[in-house]
Amino acid sequence: MTRGRRWRAVVLALAALYFLLPLVAMLEFGLRAPGGGYGPANFLAVVRDPVLLSSLLTSLQIALVAAVLVIALVVPTAVWVRLRLPAVAGLLESATILPIVIPPVVMAAGIAFVQANLDGPLFRELFASSLTALTPFYVVLALPFAYRAVDNGLAAIPLRTLVEAARNLGASMAGALLRVVLPAIRSAVLGAAFLTLALVLGEIVIARILLYTDTFPVAIVEVGRSQAGVAVALSLAALVLTWVLLLAVSFAGGRRTGAERTP
Amino acid sequence: MSEPTTVEPAAPSAAPAARGVTVEFRGIRRSYGTTHALAGLDLTLRPGELLALLGPSGCGKTTALRLLAGFDRPTEGRVLIGDRDVTDVPASKRDTGMVFQAYSLFPTMTAAENVAFGLRMRRVGAAERARRAGELLELVGLGNRGGSFPHQLSGGQQQRVALARALAVSPAVLLLDEPLSALDARVRVQLRDEIRRVQLAEGITTLFVTHDQAEALAVADRVAVLDAGRLEQIGTPQEVYGNPATPFVAEFVGVQNRLPAERLDGGQVQVLGTPAVLDGEAPAGALTVAVRPEALAVGGGGEPGTVVSTTFLGPVTRLVVDTAAGELVVDTVSRPGLPGIGERTTVGLSTERVRPVP
Repeated sequence: MTRGRRWRAVVLALAALYFLLPLVAMLEFGLRAPGGGYGPANFLAVVRDPVLLSSLLTSLQIALVAAVLVIALVVPTAVWVRLRLPAVAGLLESATILPIVIPPVVMAAGIAFVQANLDGPLFRELFASSLTALTPFYVVLALPFAYRAVDNGLAAIPLRTLVEAARNLGASMAGALLRVVLPAIRSAVLGAAFLTLALVLGEIVIARILLYTDTFPVAIVEVGRSQAGVAVALSLAALVLTWVLLLAVSFAGGRRTGAERTP
Repeated sequence: MSEPTTVEPAAPSAAPAARGVTVEFRGIRRSYGTTHALAGLDLTLRPGELLALLGPSGCGKTTALRLLAGFDRPTEGRVLIGDRDVTDVPASKRDTGMVFQAYSLFPTMTAAENVAFGLRMRRVGAAERARRAGELLELVGLGNRGGSFPHQLSGGQQQRVALARALAVSPAVLLLDEPLSALDARVRVQLRDEIRRVQLAEGITTLFVTHDQAEALAVADRVAVLDAGRLEQIGTPQEVYGNPATPFVAEFVGVQNRLPAERLDGGQVQVLGTPAVLDGEAPAGALTVAVRPEALAVGGGGEPGTVVSTTFLGPVTRLVVDTAAGELVVDTVSRPGLPGIGERTTVGLSTERVRPVP
């Protein structure tokens, strides 16, 4: 083994240790049974506890709607900017960073102000449930990650040529997007959806400040006050779930162009 | 780039005109701010012909093609396909098929799915789509690669699929945007011939944009030379090569020697010590004539000079000879005994007609 390779192996091992050690610790802690010994009881709490199960379903629902909205917003915008308005690409990129720059607590305070001062049936309806109230803000929070993922995907394909080829063959602009561009950046789009899912499954500040306590991350924190093992087990389970989804996404994205098929 | 002297100009088209339509650019101007990509282009493609739009980078040829495809709109003027004014018609409804420079196949679709895409957009049934895709892939010699994805095909195969895809929708006009420029030399020649064969078989009016003059001369029924957004000349490959209308065309389409000539009686001139007939109106005053490299010969008398470079081009060898008349480019049949660099030789005229420089 050359000196360079040895160094790479050492760095890789240290990085793996850094990431894996806390996870192994979480697994060990999560598997501890309340009466001593080890067992899956903490992991199964989500099935046993209707509040936890309901919060998981609520969060998945929010994640799904937010992911669809993010993709519907980001993909046409990024394509439009690349094809028609390349001059504003920098400006748009700066704008999408804002949700990262502005701390969630500031955003939550702003939303709370809006919530308290705007009245009317539409706003009452909007803030009536965590799904309708939180989803728009999670869409905003997910924009920086989703925009970058999609834009990188677009940068990797000959976008203009593909769109023009599809248009030349009779596709409308929407048809070209749906049938040609979207499949070509499938991994990037699924990555953006995955990032949105991960964000929703981990966001707690806005939900708590706005008093929407029925989301999964908030429920985990609440459970953690009395059952630390359950909270840790479910956090780990949520992490593994997102990893599994990521792997599924990568697999699905790569498979379509990998094998020879019959027409 | 291939050499002009090795090119066999295309024979006049034997294309069936039944499927071909007329295409017209009428007074087309396209400006980007203060830059004029096209400065009043009037050009007509005859039904079923292959017209090569030739010119250097930035001359406006791709702009013209994009205007015809509907990817851009003219600042002024009209575009007609047949009797139909398509200036304001969107690209998806223009009835054109286009082959791009490269990388235009849809990466997540197989070759057959790519070919069938246009038919799918026209709501043709699955069975008919598969039949037509198979037929066209056969036509371009890829009948057995329908299930391959673009990344599993070579560059030449990808361009063949792109050609089949463009033809699948039976377009009124075929547009070729430098489709050979990303290919290596051998494949380029093969595919060039194949495009011509398919175009003749289909009898489809075709606009072929290229900056490669050898390609244009080899494949086209007529060649239109553009410079700075203006049409410099349009004619058969033989006309454009043999009788360039402007100094730009003369320089751009092949190499041209400019030689001083002496006026003789009876419309004759003397060039490099040899009398020749002057082909065309000569301006008053000092006379300069244009002579192609293949119309000169070495070692047979004429102006003495020293060989400064030799380039072996296969059947032809190109020599540059430094003479009192300037550095002359001579193309001669490759054979043993040709003078080498630094050797003395003579350069003479091997043609009976010369053309005055405009």
